[in-house]
Amino acid sequence: MDALNTVWDTFFDLDAMRAALPDMLRVGLPNTLILALFSALIGTVLGMVLAVCGLSQRRWLRWPARLWTDVFRGLPAAVTILLIGVGLAPLGLGIWGPNPYPLGILALSLIASAYIGEIFRSGIQSVDTGQLEAARALGFSRPSGMRLVVIPQGVRRVLPALVNQFIALIKESSLVYFLGLLASQRDLFRIGQDAAANTGNQSALVLAGLFYLLITVPLTHVVNAIDRRLREGRRADGAAAEEPGAATDPAPSTQLAISQEPR
Amino acid sequence: MTQQTRARRTGSPTSGVGVATRDVHLSFGSNHVLRGVDLDVPAASTACVIGPSGSGKSTLLRVVNRLLEPDSGDVLLDGRSVLGDDPDVLRQRVGMVFQHFNLFPHKTVRANITLGLTRLKGLSKDEASERALVHLDRVGLAHKADVRPGNLSGGQQQRVAIARALAMEPEVMLFDEATSALDPELVKGVLATMADLASEGMTMLVVTHEMGFARSVAQQVLFMDHGRVVEAGEPGAVFEAPRTERLQRFLSQVL
Ligand SMILES: Nc1ncnc2c1ncn2[C@@H]1O[C@H](COP(=O)(O)OP(=O)(O)OP(=O)(O)O)[C@@H](O)[C@H]1O
Ligand SMILES: [Mg+2]
Repeated sequence: MDALNTVWDTFFDLDAMRAALPDMLRVGLPNTLILALFSALIGTVLGMVLAVCGLSQRRWLRWPARLWTDVFRGLPAAVTILLIGVGLAPLGLGIWGPNPYPLGILALSLIASAYIGEIFRSGIQSVDTGQLEAARALGFSRPSGMRLVVIPQGVRRVLPALVNQFIALIKESSLVYFLGLLASQRDLFRIGQDAAANTGNQSALVLAGLFYLLITVPLTHVVNAIDRRLREGRRADGAAAEEPGAATDPAPSTQLAISQEPR
Repeated sequence: MTQQTRARRTGSPTSGVGVATRDVHLSFGSNHVLRGVDLDVPAASTACVIGPSGSGKSTLLRVVNRLLEPDSGDVLLDGRSVLGDDPDVLRQRVGMVFQHFNLFPHKTVRANITLGLTRLKGLSKDEASERALVHLDRVGLAHKADVRPGNLSGGQQQRVAIARALAMEPEVMLFDEATSALDPELVKGVLATMADLASEGMTMLVVTHEMGFARSVAQQVLFMDHGRVVEAGEPGAVFEAPRTERLQRFLSQVL
């Protein structure tokens, strides 16, 4: 019984949690959100550029996009973050001082862009080629047709995968602790980990975990909701076609009698 | 309703121009798909293109509006070569309707039509919407302006696609098997719309398997095989007195 109590206290010591809570709310949560939000934004923009370049007819646009994707998707996130965050730090020091965030966000964005680019590319590629053809037949250039007709449809189809990528990004943002954070720069994970290291009690880390869940679980529900809506939308699209009433619609008048099946 | 009042009501008196090709060749890799195609569709007339699968009918249409560039030969609109023109501008002059409609599923019926009007023709939103309704009304679907294409029958979708093309006020219309993907009971309405258009003076180049349509609407029927126009003439002559053995065989299969 004692042992069980000890285990319980190790993870769920309310006092330890209460002690860590102010820092979590004031410092950790905003920092984690800043990291995740900015890298999601930049990653999405870069991802779209990558997807469009990757699908370009021009080889000199295609292969750099390919290379970029392979590199940042293939490297462990920790390696990318360290290489960029530490490697470019001297450069950053002159620009924004000893703040690891810009480079951390840059590294996270590069990683995210590789995945998001692939998500966008698969979505855009899944759009029927007849859509671009129809847009061009109306007089749109290929780029305009892509922008106005193809890409909006492609993006819609991959929204669930995109949100999943955001979830991954929120979790990955904890890796910036590699870059060495001042007290005010610590994110959720780092605050939990510091408290756990100082006290030998894991409860603060559990609290950090709860904060992550508080952000990510609702997002997974967003994914499911989008998924459901897309699925239902698609079903409605398919089912409505050729319903009985359709043929009796006010059809246009015609001056010409047309024999449908001549012999 | 007479043709004149109809044309006035729709606000778009169609004034087609002639379209022609001269010795058009096109290959996909080693596949020589068009092998010297000549055709002449006089202004305000309808030509139907028939022929077996793979003979190059769709490819020919796509050369006429330059979705595909010919390897050699010429495409003429109103007697003038268009191969030197800006292809995007040319395509505004040549409307096209596809077998699978290719409506934009993420946009309402109205927005399908206004997209080109606002972005390419420079119409205001209201003007574009008004013109969209005129053309929807013409195909009997004004009441569907605010639904998405997915909620329409195939026949209705194809009529919207025709309205979308016509709203750009093209001088020539191309139809690529516009009724082939439709259930039999929906074919009639679409053919009726096309026949109306022909009677209003649109120049039309129509790839079709509907021999009844070709017979009653077209002034000219062209039989394509292996990338060439093998036989061409008035529908009566082509259908009743085919000269080549290939056309005889084709007609015996489809009729
Ligand atoms: N984009 C393309 N790339 C490569 N080959 C093509 C392409 N489009 C058509 N082809 C080939 O060109 C030939 C003619 O095709 P096309 O679609 O013009 O025939 P069609 O007469 O319209 O046939 P169908 O009645 O089946 O529609 C076929 O052999 C086809 O495989
Ligand atoms: Mg075809």
